[in-house]
Amino acid sequence: MRYREALNAALREEMERDPDVLLMGEDIGVFNGAFKVTAGLLDEFGERRVRDTPISENTIVGMGVGAAMTGLRPVVELMTINFSLLAMDQIVNHAASIRYMFGGQVKVPLVVRMPQGAGHQLGPTHSHSWEALYLHVPGLLVAVPTTAADAKGLLKSAIRDDNPVVFIEHEYLYGQRGEVPDDEDFTVRFGEAAIRREGSDVTIVGISRMALTAARAAKTLSEEHGIESEIIDPRTLRPLDLDTILTSVRKTNRLVIVEEGWPHGGVGANLAALVQEQAFDDLDAPIQRVTGADVPMPYSKPLEQIAFPHEPQVIDAVVATFKDRP
Amino acid sequence: MTERVAPSTDPSELPEPDVAIEWLRTMMLIRRFEERAGEMYAKAKVGGFLHLAIGEEATIVGSTRALRDQDYLISTYRSHGHALARGSDPDRVMAELFGRVDGLCRGRGGSMHMFDLEKRFMGGYGIVGGNLPLAAGFALASDYLGLDEATLCQFGDGASNQGTFGETMNLAALWSLPVVFMITNNQFGMGTALERHSAVTDLLRKGEGFGVPGMRCDGMDIADTYKVTTEALKIAREERQPVLVEAVTYRFRGHSMADPEEYRTKEQVDEWRKRDPLAVFGDQLVQAGILGEDERETMDRETVERIDQAVAFADASPHPSPNDLYDDIYVLGDQVRGWYSVDERTPTPHRGEDEHGMDRADLPQSAEHAEASGGDDGGGAAAPTPTDDAQRDED
Repeated sequence: MRYREALNAALREEMERDPDVLLMGEDIGVFNGAFKVTAGLLDEFGERRVRDTPISENTIVGMGVGAAMTGLRPVVELMTINFSLLAMDQIVNHAASIRYMFGGQVKVPLVVRMPQGAGHQLGPTHSHSWEALYLHVPGLLVAVPTTAADAKGLLKSAIRDDNPVVFIEHEYLYGQRGEVPDDEDFTVRFGEAAIRREGSDVTIVGISRMALTAARAAKTLSEEHGIESEIIDPRTLRPLDLDTILTSVRKTNRLVIVEEGWPHGGVGANLAALVQEQAFDDLDAPIQRVTGADVPMPYSKPLEQIAFPHEPQVIDAVVATFKDRP
Repeated sequence: MTERVAPSTDPSELPEPDVAIEWLRTMMLIRRFEERAGEMYAKAKVGGFLHLAIGEEATIVGSTRALRDQDYLISTYRSHGHALARGSDPDRVMAELFGRVDGLCRGRGGSMHMFDLEKRFMGGYGIVGGNLPLAAGFALASDYLGLDEATLCQFGDGASNQGTFGETMNLAALWSLPVVFMITNNQFGMGTALERHSAVTDLLRKGEGFGVPGMRCDGMDIADTYKVTTEALKIAREERQPVLVEAVTYRFRGHSMADPEEYRTKEQVDEWRKRDPLAVFGDQLVQAGILGEDERETMDRETVERIDQAVAFADASPHPSPNDLYDDIYVLGDQVRGWYSVDERTPTPHRGEDEHGMDRADLPQSAEHAEASGGDDGGGAAAPTPTDDAQRDED
């Protein structure tokens, strides 16, 4: 099953399970979704539950917040993470803050789905990776599924959760296949990292698509460098399964963090700080980060390709942790 | 500066005596509450920003009384009056201003963020125009669930220039939602006069292009406000047609306590004060024989005593415990574990949501130490930094 089909199945199952779940978004109905994640759902559930919206990101998210405060479980689709900036006011000032600022009187069970990622030559307004922006905000949960199974299991958990969830999909991953349990009760819990590969020499944390890039690098590292990598996919950034990462680092004594987003204030910057605070004595080398280039995403194919990480950069970073310090 | 005094029509027909007296009492409660809140602000009992609605009571009470218990009300950062009109306990509203645990929001929201779910008062919001989409969301939920509820969304003339205004009008009309949008047109977006911030000054017309018809009421006349809002809500409920109501009113005090009011003349303020809704409506009731002058004075004295009680309650309520800092960021269910919040106030980070289990000695000094600072740190973008002496109103 493809990643997009797994997301579609999650939406369908949760809509069947709970009549208060409804979908809102631009072109999710008649058009079947810009990335076809919602294909067929309008025919199946009708216009009451699958709502095509005007192009009004801030307002459709805000309406989702309001509806979530008063009894529904809305799932709002934004066409790309870049467009979510138009809704940042409602996501940060309202969705994330309302429960806290009103003293716990209400909850906001809202899911805001959005894809990110470079590689399709869409230039600087459609291609970024901004999980770090939402990770920054207390009050939000942030999911970054990599596999089809996680896409389904995490989305089902997100819809059932009573907190606002920023659910970050990946444009490249939509077409990727993977085994997905058929079981309608299958969910993936937030806050549980997946160990994609066991290894004793270095821990590589890969976020979203970068978990796949890291896995490919691990194969080369094993075959050509004799380095056995442990690959960890956090799956959710809030809550973060820091314990699994720390346990791995205490075993391997080395950490490389791979993400597609920008370096300053990135996921890796944050994780490196947390790990060095708690496992400094276990580290045999400085923590390495491999990130997207610190530039707006260019259109040119060769420039775009060097603007986000690939296996060679991951391999270089891992090898660097085995070199003597200057 | 053009004078835009509300149309001074003949006084609207009075409601039944019991109703009229309740309206007067509620306007009086709001007026005396806010006057006292201003005094408490000057004494640094209240921090942050304080936006008073003095002068706007007829708009608040007239529109709120058009709601039924099951209807939703949502407001702005100028929302003490809406909470009180909806029936929130004055003790708890004052305690929220004081930032205490017995406040409506346990001291988390303050003046700009009142909220009382039980009364279906769905909050005051500090982002201008940010509350409109939420209102449409409440109406969406009511509509989706097939419940006989409507939503009244209050915002100011300044908010009619935000993107969310047009977006929400369009969506509410497109989806036939039972919501009434009420522009409390008090003539100024903070310190910028209506004519200087809106190309269209007949604000009731601003929804038409989005499919939302407009109505106007005299926001200084409680009976007219009640009548028009009732009609608008009826259209919203029965015809599934959202309506925009422009309530023409005026705030007698500054935008916030930090407002030197250099953008308007004393003459303009005085002109509007002649239409003071509390005085005018009270006089009307006396003249109609519904209320004796002595009864009005008694009502006023009782109201002031009620506010005395609220201040005493708020003052006696404790500050929130430092242990509660991380409460209610998340709904912590069974299905999730892991690090939700990270507490980096100590050399070793903690999971914030587990703070109740932390060693007290590890924590920084308690909130009581910060409390003495009282006022705002000047970090907000909405208005200048308040100072204790900025508010010296002429009344």
